[in-house]
Amino acid sequence: MSKDNEILEEFTTKEYEHGWSVNYEADEAPIGLNEDIIKWISAKKEEPQWLLNWRLKAFDTFKKMTEPEWANVHYPKIDLQKLRYYSAPKQGKKPKTLDEVDPELLQIYERLGINLNEQKRLQGIAVDAVLDSVSVATTFKETLSKLGIVFCSFSEAVKEHPELVKKYLGSVVPITDNYYAALNSAVFSDGSFCYIPKGVRCPMELSTYFRINAANTGQFERTLIVAEDESYVSYLEGCTAPQRDENQLHAAVVEIYAATNAEVKYSTVQNWFPGDKNGKGGIYNFVTKRGLCAGDHSKISWTQVETGSAVTWKYPSCVLKGDYSVGEFYSVAVTNNYQQADTGTKMIHIGKNTKSRIVSKGISAGKSQNSYRGQVQVMKRAHNSRNFSQCDSLLMGDRCGAHTFPYIDINNPTAKVEHEATTSKIGEDQIFYCNQRGIDTEDAVALIVNGYAKEVLNQLPMEFAVEAQKLLALTLEGSVG
Amino acid sequence: MLSIKNLHASIEGNEILRGIDLEVKAGEVHAIMGPNGSGKSTLASVLAGREEYEVTEGEVVFKGENLLELAPEERAREGVFLAFQYPVEIPGVSSTNFLRTAVNQVREHRGLEPLDAVKFLTMMKEKMKLVEIDQKLLSRALNEGFSGGEKKRNEIFQMAMLEPTLSILDETDSGLDIDALKIVSNGVNQLKSKDNATIVVTHYQRLLDYIVPDFVHVLYKGKIVKSGTKELALELEEKGYDWIKEEIGQAAV
Repeated sequence: MSKDNEILEEFTTKEYEHGWSVNYEADEAPIGLNEDIIKWISAKKEEPQWLLNWRLKAFDTFKKMTEPEWANVHYPKIDLQKLRYYSAPKQGKKPKTLDEVDPELLQIYERLGINLNEQKRLQGIAVDAVLDSVSVATTFKETLSKLGIVFCSFSEAVKEHPELVKKYLGSVVPITDNYYAALNSAVFSDGSFCYIPKGVRCPMELSTYFRINAANTGQFERTLIVAEDESYVSYLEGCTAPQRDENQLHAAVVEIYAATNAEVKYSTVQNWFPGDKNGKGGIYNFVTKRGLCAGDHSKISWTQVETGSAVTWKYPSCVLKGDYSVGEFYSVAVTNNYQQADTGTKMIHIGKNTKSRIVSKGISAGKSQNSYRGQVQVMKRAHNSRNFSQCDSLLMGDRCGAHTFPYIDINNPTAKVEHEATTSKIGEDQIFYCNQRGIDTEDAVALIVNGYAKEVLNQLPMEFAVEAQKLLALTLEGSVG
Repeated sequence: MLSIKNLHASIEGNEILRGIDLEVKAGEVHAIMGPNGSGKSTLASVLAGREEYEVTEGEVVFKGENLLELAPEERAREGVFLAFQYPVEIPGVSSTNFLRTAVNQVREHRGLEPLDAVKFLTMMKEKMKLVEIDQKLLSRALNEGFSGGEKKRNEIFQMAMLEPTLSILDETDSGLDIDALKIVSNGVNQLKSKDNATIVVTHYQRLLDYIVPDFVHVLYKGKIVKSGTKELALELEEKGYDWIKEEIGQAAV
């Protein structure tokens, strides 16, 4: 074994930082998936009949579908009948304010570095904290509501703003969209809801922090963001999970609706447990994220830093329906050890003069497989639409793989589509150069990788960018090739 | 300061250095000259700790320590600096950010407090004058798209920032026009002190007009075959390397 590989081995023994779990008394659904379970969840959440009907319809659709197998990922089949679809901390009465939330639950978030105490938090970020199947707290609700902004858990939105939920739920990702989206529509338990009224620029970053705690439980949450005409919001999402030997399923749906001149920026730092160095355990992250630029001149921008999960299957997409609408996708996906990621985006140009930009930076280390899969589709009516795609892959060591699967489908002769791709290896020369200036190898890798991913990291809100930089360094610590 | 005894090194089984002996004292400038393939750059790389080279015999003592036992970054922190013949590009990382990381890791090793942004920039401004380097260059990604001359100037600028005790300049003159050569040499000369030493590896005598060596050594087939003062360099310039080869050939007979 070469020296490089030795360093690589050493590096991959790095422990996952958020691998702990806590015991709390839980309110759980029985294990298994059937209509009764769906009714059980719906009843538990005291949902209106229309929503239960919607779930059941989704379940009917789901039963007719099969698991997608086209992605470049390999894992043993998940037995959906062996999962639990609802697990929530017992809280007695639903807390009305933050003060009423069980302090033990707040402590979980504190340990993750997320302080839910509004006074102690940095100004500028409101958080919805989702633990397993439910939202346990949402901060700054009142501050935001003065502006007419609704930011709350999904369950609360169903109760308090049923007309909005009914109007937009499934409007961007229909229940028939795909296997996991249909499953999510049938069994989703909670998530975040956000509504920005016309002409309002949301004064703070909104964020959801997802935490899986319970064992053998899938997390199926839904996020719905609606930005009315001339509004703006920047939304952040973070996630972690305990270290467990068995795999856990996370199948979320995120829907974004942007009306005329609205702009939505959605940033994710995904740090689900990736499995141990031998590939045991870890989260299966099968997520459907889509934004609809419904109005003219609207803009949706996805930025993701993907470092976790054993298997990632995720394609945040933009449907550019409004004329002059803009879709952006900035991604850094890091895989190490035995992680597999098949991620990318879809840009569907429907309106005239629509523009999309894709910047994808893959980093593979260890024995991992990292695939970019992207689709650019230009419809007949989309005159003068433009796309620019750049897909770079960085390899560390010689046992990992990087793959690029671009699909381009052009139905309008005035469209301009550009695609650039590069593959490079972190050079021993680069590392030696850093070493020779007194920088140790781990810091050198962090420096080089952050430089490589800079274009994407620059898109993240400041506070998040720093965290993402640290996370990149941590994920790749010791993996030198 | 530096004592090399009977140093043998090989790469992929080919022996390149075949018994080098060299003593360098503080305050001295040594020039290593020799024809292509004689092992000049290998010697520079082995001293800096490049892993592809395997040291098969001999010892290198630097400031009383066994240099060969130290990792490359430890050697750097102890004060060994290599100005690369071909400086690498690191996309997306600004020279400033890179140097700040380096300077602070070296300072930490020397038991000094890390420099804050203001102090670091002040230091940078001061050292920039030495090699007449433009600040714009330093905010760009490290060496990316730099011309040959800019890269070499940046090497000497880094040397100024890191304040090494032993600087090894590996063919720093290659690819430089006469003006750039003067600027770079001027920088090196200003950094010279009675406490540090410089090893200049070069192919041509030209550089030695500007950086005047105390000793000149001729490396041939992995061995130092002739040592002398700066006059030796002039003699080489005039006669080429052939007469040395002949001399050696005769000695062998």
